[in-house]
Amino acid sequence: MAISFKVNGEEQIFDGDPTMPVLWYVRDVLNLHGTKFGCGTGQCGACTVHVDGNATRGCLLSVDAVAGKEITTIEGLDSEGNHPVQKAWRAMNVPQCGYCQSGQIMSAAAFLSSTPKPTDDQIDQSMAGNICRCGCYQRIHEAVAMAATDTTEG
Amino acid sequence: MKSHIEQEILDQIAGIDRRANNAESRFEISKVNRRQFLKITGSTASLAIGMQLVPKTALAFDPYPTGAEGMPHKTVTDPKVFVAIDADGTVTLTAHRSEMGTGSRTSVPMILADEMEADWSQVKIVQAEGDEPKYGNQDTDGSRSLRHYIQPMRQMGASVRYMLEQAAAVEWGTDASNVKASNHKVHMMGSDGNPTGESLGYGELAKVAMAMELPSFEMLTFKTDDEFRYLGKGETPIVDLHDITTGKARYGADYTTDGMKFAVVARPPVVGASVKSFDSSETLKIPGVESVVEIAGSMPPAKFAPLGGIAVVATNTWAAIKGREALKIEWSESLHDAYNTAAFTEQMRATAKKPGKVMRSVGDPDSAFANAKKVIAHEYYQPHMQHAQMEPLVAVADYKDGKLDIWAPVQSPYGARTDVATALGLKPEQVTVNVSLLGGGFGRKSKCDYVIEAAIVSKEIGAPVKLQWTREDDIKHGFYHTTSVERLEAAIDDNDKVIGWRHRSVSPTIFSTFMPDPGFTSGLEAGMGLVDTPIGVENMSIEAGEAKSHTRIGWFRAVSNIPRAWGVQSFIAELAHELGRDPKEMLLELIGPDRKIDPVAADMKELWNYGEPYEEFPNDTSRLRGVIELAAEKAGWGKTLPEGEALGIAAHRSFVTYVASVVKVKTASDGSISIPEVHTAVDCGFCVNPERVASQMEGAAVMGMTLAMYSGINYENGAVTNSNFHDYPVARISEYPKKVHTHIVKHPFSVHATGIGEPGVPPFAPALANAIFAATGNRLRDLPFGENVG
Repeated sequence: MAISFKVNGEEQIFDGDPTMPVLWYVRDVLNLHGTKFGCGTGQCGACTVHVDGNATRGCLLSVDAVAGKEITTIEGLDSEGNHPVQKAWRAMNVPQCGYCQSGQIMSAAAFLSSTPKPTDDQIDQSMAGNICRCGCYQRIHEAVAMAATDTTEG
Repeated sequence: MKSHIEQEILDQIAGIDRRANNAESRFEISKVNRRQFLKITGSTASLAIGMQLVPKTALAFDPYPTGAEGMPHKTVTDPKVFVAIDADGTVTLTAHRSEMGTGSRTSVPMILADEMEADWSQVKIVQAEGDEPKYGNQDTDGSRSLRHYIQPMRQMGASVRYMLEQAAAVEWGTDASNVKASNHKVHMMGSDGNPTGESLGYGELAKVAMAMELPSFEMLTFKTDDEFRYLGKGETPIVDLHDITTGKARYGADYTTDGMKFAVVARPPVVGASVKSFDSSETLKIPGVESVVEIAGSMPPAKFAPLGGIAVVATNTWAAIKGREALKIEWSESLHDAYNTAAFTEQMRATAKKPGKVMRSVGDPDSAFANAKKVIAHEYYQPHMQHAQMEPLVAVADYKDGKLDIWAPVQSPYGARTDVATALGLKPEQVTVNVSLLGGGFGRKSKCDYVIEAAIVSKEIGAPVKLQWTREDDIKHGFYHTTSVERLEAAIDDNDKVIGWRHRSVSPTIFSTFMPDPGFTSGLEAGMGLVDTPIGVENMSIEAGEAKSHTRIGWFRAVSNIPRAWGVQSFIAELAHELGRDPKEMLLELIGPDRKIDPVAADMKELWNYGEPYEEFPNDTSRLRGVIELAAEKAGWGKTLPEGEALGIAAHRSFVTYVASVVKVKTASDGSISIPEVHTAVDCGFCVNPERVASQMEGAAVMGMTLAMYSGINYENGAVTNSNFHDYPVARISEYPKKVHTHIVKHPFSVHATGIGEPGVPPFAPALANAIFAATGNRLRDLPFGENVG
């Protein structure tokens, strides 16, 4: 049975294996490669996408669970790539290898939309599901705080 | 045909033997090189001195020999290989080293851009394919991209600037001495020495300039340090920053081609085992699964050959993963079936207590220990570790009509090219290796088993394939950082002075991956903090104990420096405590007076100096002292701290860079520990990109914390028991060192630039352990700390 949902605003219909995780659907079927595979078990956050605005691990979320929902990937976060979180990431020179950063940015963007004025502890708690093996945490923390200011003022 | 890395290892073995036999003649060779270099530069230097009365070192590019000459395919200095200029002025520079997060794809081309007076905003970077005869060595490891390429990049930049100036002079019908290149233009200079206002853009000059004959080195002039536009400033973001933050940056798995299939591989749980029989009937029933391909196994020492197994080929990754779960495979026995971490560790500890093979002896250590008032001895353990880079291994291969195209995240693209060619019976010219960004590497992506697997499967199925490793594959089938027991002993006399020092290292060697297991740490590994120790005690014995390897051992960021710094720097703090001394003062006292350690006089028979000529990159204890004092001062060492807070210090020279870390820990009322602050001081010679040096030091602190607290790969019955981040955890943002302050020792260009990818890692774990002891009295000697802390 075909499943329909939206990805970055575009209607999609999928009639393949309904248990396929959204991660592999967006990567292998739609060729949207910004969403990354890291662990396949929901532990690292590299595959974070938004489902109806909530940060969700794409590797554990099967396609049949998103029927009728709206998925946003890093490619759809902002048409110009200028979401306050993306701008803050660039201002702080956050990335080293960069592989985990799509997931980090998607987590941060969803977090700030629900918690526009976070405390330091809230930033660390909300971002704890995203691993960065290069160890960019100091700058991730600072960038989230900076984006919060931008979101609040803007 | 020997693989690239294998050849390098063999060269290094040969080099170590030569040095052991004839250390003095080796230094003589270096001196000749040095003189030749100085002769070449003499004219430039004296010309410059005639113009300005400033110290010579600040003026000229004074070339020096580096270990690049000992690397396969050395360096290339032809700017036409690395630089293209379009008519619209766009300067395209080729990055020939792989980008895995250190920033080398930005920092190395930036050196060339600065020297040629290019405007960075008009510079575009393209990534080289694996082609060392064309680009020179491309092995992105050993913290040497910048160390080896800063001079060729400057030379090529100066050459292009020269050609652009000549082209402008021809255009204007004047002498080149009347023109000057500056910020993407060549300006006509007036007799007053100021620009006349007339200028030609690089784009306008490109065609004529790039067709010119290359100038010889003697014809070139170089910028002085104060003329650098980008170098030393740290104001240039990495070139991939925008693409990374918008999801457009392309890593290994982000390539796709028409008709591409997806594959995952079931591999033997124990190194050396192979497929005895298998049943794929259930696998082939899964929608999307198309076929299975058997990959031949390999017996150790297998270098970078695949482990073997069964590949499942499907129309998408998910189907391939499900297909693999449905496979039924019977594996053969392996000679490593009995490998057990607990038993092996006990064996290493027992070996560490017995006399070992002496690698370096100073004075009369046996008498010193025999006559000591007391002997203090401790052992420090470190388990195997795995890189766990965020991007699991992956490669895309397309074999068609005797031609093989690869897209992959590889640290050694030419090594991968030659190894893949050998594995498939092809010539290197039939193989193209396109290099993607690397989602972390840390040494794992120097070993191209995953690329060979993809090539084999593509050839077998007659279609392009993306071969993806899962996280479990990555954790269970790695090339692991070696395990070790470091035993340190100190002989103390009646005045509480340390009169004898013994360091015995028991650790399986990387060489077991490349040759029949030698059973002892190699000269190359001993050069990483064992025989090259800065400790200056009168009587010393540096020894290695036997330990055979039972898995695939490979490079991990900072390699053997991790266990050596862990042992030595922890032990020094222990001595300080037992002798009632300040740990920093004890550390400085044991290092002794400022000196460049003379490797011949110090009996460093098996010295490996990271491949660098020793007199150019000596082990200079004044620079080690410098970073210790800088980190200590910035951290407020010696000041009274609030209850529950304490500092720990450690320092280590690795990859010819000096790093000291002071870690502050804070204990909470429930006994848990946090790291509010770290001060890291680094001396990497002339610093090209301070902002990326800081990011590497911040990252090294997190990786150092991870290996101190969590990392341990364990074996039962030959197989790795860890599988994913729940049982091989890495530090998360909620627990990272909250503020890492990086302090860089400032040097002019004349102090040779060295790398920063690895040297931040080794001092962190001992500095943390020393801080925990100072705060709680809990002395930790086994990595990882795990439940033993907090």
